[in-house]
Amino acid sequence: MRNAGAEPAVEALGLVKRYGRTTAIDGLDLTVARGTVAAVLGPNGAGKTTTIELCEGYRAPDAGHLRVLGLDPVTEGPALRPRIGVMLQDGGVYPGVRAEEMLRHVARLHAHPLDVDDLIERLGLGSCGRTPYRRLSGGQRQRLALALAVVGRPELVFLDEPTAGLDPQARHATWQLVRELRADGVTTVLTTHLMDEAEELSDDVAIVDSGRVIARGTPADLCRGGGSDVLRFSGRPGLDLISLRAALPLGSEASEPSPGSYRITGDVGPRLLATVTAWCAQHGVLADRITTQRHTLEDVFLELTGKELRS
Amino acid sequence: MTLTTGRHTPRPGGAPLARMIAAQAGLETRMLLRHGEQLLLTAVIPTLLLVLFGAVDIIDVSAEERAGGERVDFLAPGILALAVLSTAFTGQAIATGFERRYGVLKRLAVSPLPRWGLMCGKTCAVLVTLALQTALLTAVALALGWSPRGNPLAVAVLMLLGTAAMSGLGLLMAGTLRAEATLAAANLVFVLLVFFGGVVVPLDDFPATVRDVLELLPVTALAEGLREVLRDGGPMPWPQAGVLTAWAAASLAAAARFFRWE
Repeated sequence: MRNAGAEPAVEALGLVKRYGRTTAIDGLDLTVARGTVAAVLGPNGAGKTTTIELCEGYRAPDAGHLRVLGLDPVTEGPALRPRIGVMLQDGGVYPGVRAEEMLRHVARLHAHPLDVDDLIERLGLGSCGRTPYRRLSGGQRQRLALALAVVGRPELVFLDEPTAGLDPQARHATWQLVRELRADGVTTVLTTHLMDEAEELSDDVAIVDSGRVIARGTPADLCRGGGSDVLRFSGRPGLDLISLRAALPLGSEASEPSPGSYRITGDVGPRLLATVTAWCAQHGVLADRITTQRHTLEDVFLELTGKELRS
Repeated sequence: MTLTTGRHTPRPGGAPLARMIAAQAGLETRMLLRHGEQLLLTAVIPTLLLVLFGAVDIIDVSAEERAGGERVDFLAPGILALAVLSTAFTGQAIATGFERRYGVLKRLAVSPLPRWGLMCGKTCAVLVTLALQTALLTAVALALGWSPRGNPLAVAVLMLLGTAAMSGLGLLMAGTLRAEATLAAANLVFVLLVFFGGVVVPLDDFPATVRDVLELLPVTALAEGLREVLRDGGPMPWPQAGVLTAWAAASLAAAARFFRWE
């Protein structure tokens, strides 16, 4: 008997997957702790889908160690499959099947499925329940695929680009569902190239490029490591920067790049902003056009993966 | 927004196997029966051929064939063989080919339903459709004056062997070719076999060398075998049963070996 729950949800070490002469995955390491949301972020062709599909047991890696819920996804697939939920990037649904019919069918393949009516309502699929899959809109297909992934009450859910092509309402409904999964102790591994999605939802982010993880950490960690945040304001030219610096917390820096325009770098947060405005008040300065610019995951992502377009 | 908790608390597990396979069989059958083109293939065309060739003297049924009885006694067994071809081979090949192309097979491959369970579901759907076809075509043939003879058990064995052989060929095609290629090839094979498979045209109309080859085709073996029982009242036709068994073994083994799920 395995000690269930002791091992991580996903444990990958030095994974390699080649297709002919191309190496899709090239020594990838990934660990996902139980009950967390992990985002695999990367440009197109980085190896995100291949990574997920190795975890789902679709193919065996050419090298490396891979355990999902403590099981080998290929050789122990029959034991693993009932415990995971999968949302593929495209479809996987009979063209002639009705949305609700498909959801009820997949529910019937599981021992303790979710309440289908409730799931349909939460994902806004009620109006298209009788519509054949081939006539559903892109967004409706995405939501159905998400419903199919969670209906079996899995321990671990793989979502491959869950919000691609969704309108803002549907995107928020999807995010809400991922948050509920997390609150209920379900582990989620999602791929995305939407930075705000990774920042919003995930406990951990792995940035993948050319088949390797090139950075990992919490969204906050990654943002901190990628460069510092900036606070800008305008005021009368020639303020006493020495006095201003003395007021700022350690690790901050103040400069006047052009006359009357001030730039402060450091840990930009409510405290720094309060310090700056208090200093201005003391010195009779009306700080104008105050802006704060925090380093986003997108900045980190572009710094790491380069700005050129990928095919 | 507030989070509602407790709903998704993991409680994973597959349903009991029998329930999964029954669900899959039900869904597959509904898909088959709902599909317009499939119905054309499985119900409309065989019925039309039966009525048309049974009522009108388009094909010259030779004196010997006629000597055995009514034209419908020659036609009905051939049309039953065609029904097996339409559902087990053509219909199944096309449906499965597109399921593979649309990722349905890929999606179901990560569900708790094992792959062999999915195949069981498909087989059940084929058998249910075939039972409905047989009922329909038998009723039409009886209305046209058909008087079947022979042992029903032998008929059932031949039909099942034919189903196995043609399912194997259909799945082999669906699992290896592109969906569009499967669509074209499966329809072409169907049309060719209507005329060259001993279904509506007696094999005796072909030169002896051609006939020797045609007799080895699964649909021909099934049509001829059924005719020996249903029209001639003969015992189990072992040569035809042997041909069908060989096709079934070879095609199912090849399908199991070469079928690609993605």
